[in-house]
Amino acid sequence: MKLSGAQILIECLRREGVKVVFGYPGGVNLPIFDVLYDEKEIEFILCRHEQGGGHMAEGYARATGKPGVLLVTSGPGATNTVTAIVDAYMDSTPMVIITGQVPTHLIGNDAFQEADVVGITRPCTKYNMLVKDVNDLAQALKEAFYIAASGRPGPVLVDLPKDVLLAKTEFKYPETVSVRSYSPILKGNRWQIKQAAEEISKARKPVIYAGGGVLHSGAWQELLDLAEMTHIPVTLTVMGLGAFPGQHPLFLGMLGMHGTYCANMAMHDADLIIAVGSRFDDRVTGKTSLFAPNARIVHIDIDPTSIHKNIKVHVPIVGDVKIVLRELNTILRTSGVGSMTPFREWIDQIAGWKREHPLSYNQGDSLLKPQYVIEKIYEMTHGNAIVTTDVGQHQMWAAQYYMFNRPRTFINSGGLGTMGYGLPAAIGAQMANRDSLVVCIAGDGSVVMNIQELATAVAYNLQVKVAIINNKYLGMVRQWQQLFYNGRYSSSFMGDSPDFVKLSEAFGAVGLRATKVGEVEGVLEEAFRVTTPVVIDFQVDPYENCYPMIPAGAGHNEMVFEDPENIGKKSPVKEEAAEGVLTA
Amino acid sequence: MQHIISVLVENKFGVLARVSGLFSGRGFNIDSLSVGPTLDPTTSMMTIVTAGDDRIIEQITKQLNKLVDVIRVVDLTDKEYVERETALIKIHAQDEDRGEALRIADIFRARIVDSTPNTYTIEITGDSKKIGAILNLLKPLGIKEFICTGRIAIAREEARVAAVREEGAPASVKDRRSSLA
Ligand SMILES: Cc1ncc(C[n+]2csc(CCOP(=O)(O)OP(=O)(O)O)c2C)c(N)n1
Ligand SMILES: [Mg+2]
Repeated sequence: MKLSGAQILIECLRREGVKVVFGYPGGVNLPIFDVLYDEKEIEFILCRHEQGGGHMAEGYARATGKPGVLLVTSGPGATNTVTAIVDAYMDSTPMVIITGQVPTHLIGNDAFQEADVVGITRPCTKYNMLVKDVNDLAQALKEAFYIAASGRPGPVLVDLPKDVLLAKTEFKYPETVSVRSYSPILKGNRWQIKQAAEEISKARKPVIYAGGGVLHSGAWQELLDLAEMTHIPVTLTVMGLGAFPGQHPLFLGMLGMHGTYCANMAMHDADLIIAVGSRFDDRVTGKTSLFAPNARIVHIDIDPTSIHKNIKVHVPIVGDVKIVLRELNTILRTSGVGSMTPFREWIDQIAGWKREHPLSYNQGDSLLKPQYVIEKIYEMTHGNAIVTTDVGQHQMWAAQYYMFNRPRTFINSGGLGTMGYGLPAAIGAQMANRDSLVVCIAGDGSVVMNIQELATAVAYNLQVKVAIINNKYLGMVRQWQQLFYNGRYSSSFMGDSPDFVKLSEAFGAVGLRATKVGEVEGVLEEAFRVTTPVVIDFQVDPYENCYPMIPAGAGHNEMVFEDPENIGKKSPVKEEAAEGVLTA
Repeated sequence: MQHIISVLVENKFGVLARVSGLFSGRGFNIDSLSVGPTLDPTTSMMTIVTAGDDRIIEQITKQLNKLVDVIRVVDLTDKEYVERETALIKIHAQDEDRGEALRIADIFRARIVDSTPNTYTIEITGDSKKIGAILNLLKPLGIKEFICTGRIAIAREEARVAAVREEGAPASVKDRRSSLA
């Protein structure tokens, strides 16, 4: 039987096991929406802005490990997705983006709603393609899903002109796929893995530094095995949180710019760093010339370009983290290294650092502290919620104070740092886990960047709980201005608008507010009790800063723990306005 | 240091943009780039001349390999290879200069491919040094126009893969038969 391009697309999505598609209609992709009208297996979620749809697909992908699917129209529909595509590219999130395109005979004519989407997204997709012939469509889609999900995952975009969607052909589903110029290396070099085991057996001060690659490859059990067998402490990147249990005695917390003192000191002092699915990002290394001066480095990563990119390593291993760790664990076990006694002195030294500078804040009895709110959310969800965040101070506090028990439960924008990521990502994660509690820890600045998606949450009754850490400021910007620009708070004050409670109600969600310590538990209880989307406006201390902090350009051992004394807490310029906020 | 890298790519729409975009996006230099067909109509061969320290060249070869449409990357620099480029040089040539131009062309085994009463167009093939040398000699006669293909190169023995790096990732081989159900 002959099928139209649009029918072939939906049939291919079904065969790929796609359950949910996020997106937005428009002129040229209407043939697809017409097919979706009768579709039973695939649920379509109508976002309110294509960027939001993109982050929903990302949230879905990060919660499931499967590609998120986004379907948008040509021109503005497609260009609206670019931020989400770059975000997915930076965080290696598997995603397939289907964009409508003007009919092939109009391409290049500046037709209505034409944009060179393949050109625009070339540098920010793992691969992209324009399909000009309906006979190539099924193959293109098969390749898109294969490339998006295999190797180092990433976004793949398929641009579909309207005439291709309407044209009919005999549907033949390609059962297998092979791309001659693309084949990720999965199995690590055995000799190199032996070298890694050798390094481990010689180390006195080893540390495991793991990242998002552990989650992508599903290697959390192997990571746990490695750590427990060798007693090597583990630190995680912001993308890796959840890959190792947050309450585990070997866990040092997150490392990097706002990482824990003990994690950063352990990295600085280590004689062996085992990097697993992490990429030595500048937010992690600080100044590279000061990074881990005495360490030998083993680096396991599926992407050869990650190796030696920022830091020269001693034992590079290209391969899938899960496969490599399995082999490494076997070698360690059979060679007896696995039964080594713990590194007593090293563990003691780390414990000393933990005691010296634990994460800390002072709640006091006046203004509500953001860290307190996050700790309460943690306590009341027992570390089992799926947490998404926006970008800023609240994101770092969430990473510091929420102890993630399980993989794929912390979903945030690490590489690109996209404000407005949290709410749509929460919606995507909730679609993947209808019965789980999904909490978005949002910033008052960030959340308005995609606030329209509250309508989506309400429309599909996705019961996301949005906890806005409302400090009336672009807090992270304000913190930098306070520390590095003499407290000149240029354009970082957000003030009182909008009223988040009224705004939520206008969208049909429940709006709650807490301004005092005593109110936090009550509003959270209420939020978790009701079965609708909820927004909570937590009005917190506008001047709380995120510590510890490695100032840009400093080394891991140069952390700052509190506001330096010579810096005024409030800017003279904005003081009045800010005071007004506090009493509001 | 300058490196000469040959890159076998899928002969597909947009591949040149992917490669040049990679260089501009990551701040790598391109000194010259030439592309042409191969015996297999589904592939093209690019010769890229670039410069950088070891770390940058390692990134360039790895990043090229990471592009989905790139089939094979060979850094020819450390091996025996033959390189050529072809230049067309249009010069002023009147009166006694015409004889001088012919003599110079002869010395370099260049050919006159076009002639008007006031000009000659000389075609020369060789490596960059040779082309530089003839340009120097022709300069006094007055060069009107110069165009050059950019360098192309071929390994003398069977090309080994670029860098089979210590991590065991053949930075440049990709298994042609890999497939996934
Ligand atoms: C789209 C976008 N624009 C600008 C920035 C730069 N930026 C980083 S954090 C931040 C402040 C975020 O403010 P808010 O959401 O209120 O979070 P807070 O830091 O106050 O917790 C800004 C503007 C960004 N990350 N993303
Ligand atoms: Mg804020």
